[in-house]
Amino acid sequence: MKLYIAPLGTVDERVLARICEVIEEQVGVECATMSPLENPRYAYDERRCQYDCKAVLERIKKKCPEDALGILGVTHVDLFLPVLKYVFGMSEVGGKCAAISLYRLRPEFNEESQDEEKLFKRVEKTALHEIGHILGVTHCRDPRCVMRASTTVEHTDAKEPRFCPSCKELVRWELRLRSLEGKRPSVPKK
Amino acid sequence: MSRKARILVVDDEAPMRESLKDWLTEDGYEVGLAASGQEAIAMAREKEWDVILLDLKMPGMDGIETLRRLKSEEVGTDAQILMMTAYGTIDTAVQAMKEGAFDYLLKPFDPDQVEMEIRKIVSHRELVLENILLRQKLEERGEFEEIVGKSEAMQRIFDLIRKVAPTDSTVLITGESGTGKELIARAIHGNSPRCYRPFIAVSCGALPDSILESELFGYEKGAFTGADRTKRGRFELAHQGTLFLDEVGDISLKTQIDLLRVLQEREFCRLGGHEPIKVDVRVIAATNRDLKKAIQENRFREDLYYRLNVISIHVPPLRERKEDIPLLVDAFIKKHSLALNREPVKISPSALKLLMEYDWPGNVRELENVIERALVIGRGKQILPEDLPFGQKETSPREQPKALREVERLHIVRILEETGWNVKQAAQLLEIDRQTLYNKMKRYNIKPPGR
Repeated sequence: MKLYIAPLGTVDERVLARICEVIEEQVGVECATMSPLENPRYAYDERRCQYDCKAVLERIKKKCPEDALGILGVTHVDLFLPVLKYVFGMSEVGGKCAAISLYRLRPEFNEESQDEEKLFKRVEKTALHEIGHILGVTHCRDPRCVMRASTTVEHTDAKEPRFCPSCKELVRWELRLRSLEGKRPSVPKK
Repeated sequence: MSRKARILVVDDEAPMRESLKDWLTEDGYEVGLAASGQEAIAMAREKEWDVILLDLKMPGMDGIETLRRLKSEEVGTDAQILMMTAYGTIDTAVQAMKEGAFDYLLKPFDPDQVEMEIRKIVSHRELVLENILLRQKLEERGEFEEIVGKSEAMQRIFDLIRKVAPTDSTVLITGESGTGKELIARAIHGNSPRCYRPFIAVSCGALPDSILESELFGYEKGAFTGADRTKRGRFELAHQGTLFLDEVGDISLKTQIDLLRVLQEREFCRLGGHEPIKVDVRVIAATNRDLKKAIQENRFREDLYYRLNVISIHVPPLRERKEDIPLLVDAFIKKHSLALNREPVKISPSALKLLMEYDWPGNVRELENVIERALVIGRGKQILPEDLPFGQKETSPREQPKALREVERLHIVRILEETGWNVKQAAQLLEIDRQTLYNKMKRYNIKPPGR
């Protein structure tokens, strides 16, 4: 079982490496970076000048390798849901695909001074959070748990890049279940 | 709220409905979707909802009319209704609030605001529900609500508690570790006239001799290095109440003498003090040791033993009252599900069988820990053998069977157990039709237990 990280357009390799690192460490599943998928112009909404996250998810779902535990799209564009002003990320709970946006995580966006490390940390937490959703874990009330809902960067900064013991157990459980179900073969097809 | 909070989204625009559902699902809510006012009314009649997110502008029956119908006697929903509106229709949203809506949200929502609004409503409903549950619990409260047991041995103990509770007699409770001796002491205190006064417990075995002495009797300022203020001991704190001395068999001969003196004279001096302090304390002691043997070996004073052992209660180990296990399991599932904010689950017959067969060296405490652990690691509607520490199956992929046939057989058995051998439900979970499941059961010779 592998998790695939897919840059949507050009994304800094260091960002992708940090995402892989935190997922491998916290989820214990191998992560692989895919070659870049197309920039999500197809999801652009002229009225809102933003990109429809649902359309992005639909598209990357089709690119998900058969052997994958899940696929996480990473983009620089500003994502929204029709009913919400913006989202940092979105996923199919218990499904296979998720996407995160770096747009609003950048300190400059939030009137903070440029700080690469701060951005990397926010990206790590947002990515791990969405992977948690792919593994069926819903939001947690523990303010330090990575599964705590984040609607502002302050929430993201307050969390730690790890699961609380209960969410960790849920992740472990789900991984065990998926490997037992054999729905997703553990050895990738050549 | 032990079940997931339920939210009904009513909007004629599919992208709005769908995206709201995806977003709320991440929060762990159960989400229902209705595309029109009529559909919302039908769904509100069918099921109880906690929050209804209702779009104001809909073709046919609009939001205001739907709101009126939902609140009318004909439907009578007690869900809180949040109106969803776009700029330009705020006046109508305000009108909706006059008609009984909780608040209104402007589309597209600010994620932070909508999350807060919903959480506010759900927390409020949780509080109301908790209140109702607490009231019910108080009404249902029995004499010894913390102690569970229908076995003859436990019934005899309940009788004894009823008899000794109203008196001031000293009680000695014996029994192995984890049998619930402190619960019995608390039940005696709780059913005595002293119940509105303190119940003070001291774990004698856990404290070094010098500390136990100052814990029990307190000390005066300057009594020893570091005694920079006067401290009251547990005997004083328990005045007019009950003092529970746990692991009394472990105390030193010196403290045994001090204890004997207090029990005889009902007064003592703080360490470093000269003024005798009179106390009115009922003493209940407990031990997992054989005190008679300790007396023979000169490790326990016979006179203290007779002072403590005015009434004796022996709590049998769990292995001698296994008929209480199902009741205890049920009580622990309820207790810990509440603490974990989860829906109470059932225990599968095979898991219960394992619990009944086990010897329980750690007694009731061990059983409670096992159930709590099973609830934390288990996620299904039932506790299964693999959720138990001694029922682990297929713990690592290496131990799993390699043959596809065997994996399929084990998976079918597991799902059948989970559904209590309900073939229809199991077939639904396995996403195959019933006949296919029957065929597979026949092929793998899978039969319900006892057949």
